[in-house]
Amino acid sequence: MKINDVILQTVTKIVVFIILTFGVELFLSGHNNPGGGFIGGLVLSSAFVLLYLVHDIETVHKGIPFDFKKIAALGAFLAVGTGIGSALFGKHFLTQAAGHFTLPVFGETELSTVLVFEAGVALTVVGVVVTIISTISEDV
Amino acid sequence: METLMTILVGFLVMIAVYLLLSRNLIRVILGTAVLSHAAHLLLMTMGGLKKGSAPLLGEDAESYTDALPQALILTAIVISFAVTAFLLVLAYRTYKKTGTDNLQELRGFEDE
Amino acid sequence: MNNIIAMPMIIPLLTGIILVFLRHNTKTQRVLSILSSIATVAVSLVILHQIQQEGILRLDFGGWLPPYGILFVADSFSMLLVATTSIVTGILLIYAFSSIGQQFEHMFFYPFVFFLVAGVNGSFLTGDLFNLFVCFEVMLLSSYVLITMGGRKVQLIESIKYVTINVLSSWFFLMGIAYLYGTIGTLNMAHLSVRIAEVGQGPLLTVISLIFLIVFSLKAGLLLYFWLPGSYSAPPTVIAALFGALLTKVGMYALFRVFTLIFYHEPIITHTAIGVMAILTMIGGSVGALAYNDIRKIVSYNVVIAVGFILAGLAISTEVAFQGAIYYLIHDMIVKALLFLLAGTMIYLTGKTKIEEMSGLIRNYPALGWLFFITMLSLAGIPPLSGFIGKVFIGQGAIESGSFALLIVAFASGIFVLYSLLRIFLNCFWGETIINEDDDVPLKKGMLVPCILFAIMTVAIGIGVEGLAPYVSDAARTLMNPEIYIEAVLQGNR
Repeated sequence: MKINDVILQTVTKIVVFIILTFGVELFLSGHNNPGGGFIGGLVLSSAFVLLYLVHDIETVHKGIPFDFKKIAALGAFLAVGTGIGSALFGKHFLTQAAGHFTLPVFGETELSTVLVFEAGVALTVVGVVVTIISTISEDV
Repeated sequence: METLMTILVGFLVMIAVYLLLSRNLIRVILGTAVLSHAAHLLLMTMGGLKKGSAPLLGEDAESYTDALPQALILTAIVISFAVTAFLLVLAYRTYKKTGTDNLQELRGFEDE
Repeated sequence: MNNIIAMPMIIPLLTGIILVFLRHNTKTQRVLSILSSIATVAVSLVILHQIQQEGILRLDFGGWLPPYGILFVADSFSMLLVATTSIVTGILLIYAFSSIGQQFEHMFFYPFVFFLVAGVNGSFLTGDLFNLFVCFEVMLLSSYVLITMGGRKVQLIESIKYVTINVLSSWFFLMGIAYLYGTIGTLNMAHLSVRIAEVGQGPLLTVISLIFLIVFSLKAGLLLYFWLPGSYSAPPTVIAALFGALLTKVGMYALFRVFTLIFYHEPIITHTAIGVMAILTMIGGSVGALAYNDIRKIVSYNVVIAVGFILAGLAISTEVAFQGAIYYLIHDMIVKALLFLLAGTMIYLTGKTKIEEMSGLIRNYPALGWLFFITMLSLAGIPPLSGFIGKVFIGQGAIESGSFALLIVAFASGIFVLYSLLRIFLNCFWGETIINEDDDVPLKKGMLVPCILFAIMTVAIGIGVEGLAPYVSDAARTLMNPEIYIEAVLQGNR
């Protein structure tokens, strides 16, 4: 029996973007406030899971043609990379640096290498969650 | 508050042990999930519950709650998340391969 | 600042991550993994050498000073184990090249081996109890994946038990950490030691120490080894060898670290408990090794016996006994890997697992037979080989401290090890050959070479023990005098 999920599909089109935006917001608000890579990553991956629920796997993979295992590996690489980066500069392993920069659009902004680390964590979480979900659901 | 939380932890462990001892694979997995939550709650309780303000910049307060237990729990949650997910995949594969999720029937299985 | 001591964990971790991208490129995967193993071995030998000159090294992650930050501490004990781990993994990888097969190589076999090694090395190096938990979990998660890899029915069923029992022990670990943090308020191992020495190890702390005893006994297979033979005989040979050589050793290392550095004030309770458990482990392991006819089961029970034997050294707790235990740990990592490889090769060649189904293998594969003979002698502790020195030191320690029950059981277990392996040797290698000249499976060079390398190592350690002695005696001295470790972690030496 084909399930009639027109409402779900229509709502998803909007909601996915709200979830993605919220994920990015959570990710960026980390460091000093609640949020950060792990939570942001979980919210981002929940958007993908919602897409998997509404459409079937093939359709989603056509739209997002990434190998999520590699995304997880890339994330882990970024996270470990920041640690090694500090070692290259003669600092203790995993030392983070921060500084204030004036960027064209954002104005005065605080940028930190933690951001790269957290981005790595977020990518890892997204990659791992989506990989797990697709592994379970592949042959249902 | 600490006493109450400790009782809650004990209650969770009780449920988890009951689930872990059942024969159904899914129940065992749920048991491990509940068990790890009990451990996380215990970590939080042992670190001392709310003693001051939330440990965030911008909260002007006399004293702050110890942030370390929360950092520990976050790590532990990530790990238990990964383990639970792995167990679910494993249980599913086992079910596909053997056609049963009853641990009693999986016992004493010789190599094929 | 010594960023180099994070390298034994970082190199495998990074290699594992990079290898994920090279999933279908088998040749590059092999080259990279060998290069990375060599690099890890080199780095760990450099660190080991550096410790002899500069004392214990430490690295504060992110520059956060102890006891606030996480740190890695490298003393001789941990570095000896890290170096051995790296060497053993490198040699096992050579065996994997010829035996594991394309299917596994495309299923992320190499990345997970490296994640496992990263977890193992991290556990050896860390100076923080919670970090130890995390490294344990990295190691365990990789081992979960490795044990199920291939997805044979028996593997899946065994791995359910393996994963569940490990989740339970991780829960105990977390609980112990929670209680310890609640009572002492720190998780840095050196700091814990200082504070416990200040307040005294009362009944409460002794109970907490017993929780840790349960946790690490489950991981090491001390008395709580019921899960071990099943799960170690399910996966493919290389993975079983990796487990047999490395996983239980991490549990043993943690037992040594915790009960010499942190909870050493109540030896009447804790060390007696370890001694009793060690005796029961050796007896149970011997019974198991004699009872089964399946080669893989016999070999797995030999792992159990060795666990009991090494921890007898901890129960005796004198400097000589520690030296013996460290020698035996190093020896056991190498020889257990060799034993698992030989057993796996025999099964590969004959297609049978029961000893009564094989016969006369030495006629077809003389090299294999002699290698098995050497392994057997080494495990039994016959002089020029590596098992001898450890046994002598543990025996000497037992006599000095008057623990004669441990002494008798430990040396009797040696006889059972010898008998259980002789049973394999007599049944499988002697007698009428069952394989015709025509249809004997050729023994691949890639399988024989790693076994020969391991055999050379056991002979070399046995003969060249003088070269190892300064490192081992330094390690034992640090274990015996926790203040050396505490001094290095909490002050100076930046």
